[in-house]
Amino acid sequence: MRFRIARALPWLLGGLCLGAGVHAGEADHIHVSQAWIRLLPGDLPAGAYATLENDGDQPASLKGASSTRYASVMLHQSSHEGGVNRMAMVDSMAIPAHGRAALAPGGYHLMLMQAAAPVKAGDTVKVMLHFGDGSTLDADFLARPANATDAGTGTEHTH
Amino acid sequence: MPDRSRLAATRRLVLAALAAAALAGCHASSQPWHATDVSGSTPDLSFDMTRASDGKTVTQADYRGRIVLLYFGYTYCPDICPMTLSHLAQALQQVKGAAGNVSVLFVTVDPARDDLKTLKDYAANFGPEFVGMRGTPDELATLAKRYRVAYSVHPDPDPAKYVVTHSSALYAFDRNGKARLLSTPDRSQDDLVHDLHLLLDPGVSA
Repeated sequence: MRFRIARALPWLLGGLCLGAGVHAGEADHIHVSQAWIRLLPGDLPAGAYATLENDGDQPASLKGASSTRYASVMLHQSSHEGGVNRMAMVDSMAIPAHGRAALAPGGYHLMLMQAAAPVKAGDTVKVMLHFGDGSTLDADFLARPANATDAGTGTEHTH
Repeated sequence: MPDRSRLAATRRLVLAALAAAALAGCHASSQPWHATDVSGSTPDLSFDMTRASDGKTVTQADYRGRIVLLYFGYTYCPDICPMTLSHLAQALQQVKGAAGNVSVLFVTVDPARDDLKTLKDYAANFGPEFVGMRGTPDELATLAKRYRVAYSVHPDPDPAKYVVTHSSALYAFDRNGKARLLSTPDRSQDDLVHDLHLLLDPGVSA
């Protein structure tokens, strides 16, 4: 009996690995590009932006983010309904299967608060993106000055 | 035949509406501005506030002879405000003669949290034309009411829960302090550049 289980073990393990391959984490299918941070002076919060591309067959959702360089990172969404700007915390941003979603000025963005040490334009800031299934992905965000626009070349990093 | 007369009346109304629409269409096509023309319907520039760059109390008189763009926001705004101001800065760079002739007044709707130093540093990021303005709650309320600008501040010790909303209106005044245009951040940069050219043309703002 014991012998038989031992013989079956490699097959069982193999099956598990195959299963893990089929149900890979959301983060494995996300490619990050155009990741940049808009710095504001002093202790003011910064906005972070990136394009997230999902090459998987399943939709993914960005739940939030964290960074060792900032005490707090929140997923926010700006809106200007009826000519009034407001910014609110949101739970997630959907990234459709074989599609993309963007953290972009005027819409979804990450708000980075309380830098541990001053971040300067040109710095690269590592931000960990958290997805709905608990998987995570590190991405390098390029810090840019306050007057940067989305037309800039804050490129780099694909997973 | 009450039915027929009602029909005729309806037809006349429809014709009148079509004529009005046609006239409005002609008017719109001859309209030189890309943003909304508010000449005559919006009050002249008038304010009394502290200028962040030097701490001086200033009024509209200090900006006579300059094109003034008036925008409300707050410095803890990491997204829409800097996006709007950056687009404005880019537009200004494309307009010959804008430097030295245009001032962008960035009025904080959150004077309790935005001190003059922070406001000064914030505005300076976008160029010399950008000036931070801070009023007392009364001064702010007066200015906002004058231009029908809505804002709200819900302070909270937790910065994540501190919520500020503000109207995204951008007003343009000519060299005489007359209100001319109302724009919004979603308007294209080309529109802004186009209208700034017109505002700077003395033939238009005279």
